[in-house]
Amino acid sequence: MGIVTPGFAGRPRSGAPELPPGQYLTPDFPVLSAGPTPRVPQESWEFVITTETGVEHRWSWAQMMALPQEAPTVDIHCVTRWSKLGTRWQGVSLDTLLDGVDTAAGYVLAHSYGGYTTNLPLDDLRAGQAWLVHSYDGADLPAEHGGPARLLVPHLYFWKSAKWVRGIRLGLEDTPGFWETAGYHDYGDPWREQRYQGD
Amino acid sequence: MTELPYLDGNMLDGPLGEMFAVDLSTATGRCAHCGTAGPVAGLRVYSQAPGLVARCPICVEVMMRMVRAPDRAWLDLRGTTYLRFPMPLDRPPGL
Repeated sequence: MGIVTPGFAGRPRSGAPELPPGQYLTPDFPVLSAGPTPRVPQESWEFVITTETGVEHRWSWAQMMALPQEAPTVDIHCVTRWSKLGTRWQGVSLDTLLDGVDTAAGYVLAHSYGGYTTNLPLDDLRAGQAWLVHSYDGADLPAEHGGPARLLVPHLYFWKSAKWVRGIRLGLEDTPGFWETAGYHDYGDPWREQRYQGD
Repeated sequence: MTELPYLDGNMLDGPLGEMFAVDLSTATGRCAHCGTAGPVAGLRVYSQAPGLVARCPICVEVMMRMVRAPDRAWLDLRGTTYLRFPMPLDRPPGL
């Protein structure tokens, strides 16, 4: 495993925690899922970045764990209105994974074991804003929370942080994902309360 | 060649309203992925999610998604090739 460095520490707080509009605080970690929980052994797990020209960059579990590790502590906000503050994760920055990937793409479609998809602008995965995380609160990420590895993009609603992520496809055009094709907002900024299309 | 005339979508209000008013628990749905036709009541519905996701009990692919905002709703049926429901004989088709 590489050296662990502290990551993004969330918004500074003074006094009562600040929550995005329409959110409530929970000490729990609710489990949400649109289908059965995939069980992916680490031995067969892989993460693939596919560029708009079809070039693939692949990491096995061991290769991913050998990359520099970060330990972000972040607030997360689910579109079903719960927020959880100060969650502790460990994983690899998307900056690290995207380093050396030659692309002119502006968009990403993340895809997961089990078939889930979600779309984001590529810029939202860069500059210390997103991670591929494999640990939560000091332990392996449980399958019900997206283990063996999930995306963590805490500045957007949590449906963008794809559980059981298998890869990202880079594209020149925006391709809406699972919830984005069924009424949810294309971008999903909790501070602007972008829950549904048209918000 | 003579083009057939078409009507605007307002004419669907009656026929669609008649169908959406039926008891869907007795309806049959056909999965667009595996082709299995079975009762809507037999679908596997995942509700601990941002919307309702109904999956085929045979192939587990998504057949229906429902998202409810305070002032609007989405019903996505791209995973369903048809819904069939019983209609009362005393209400003959009016098409």
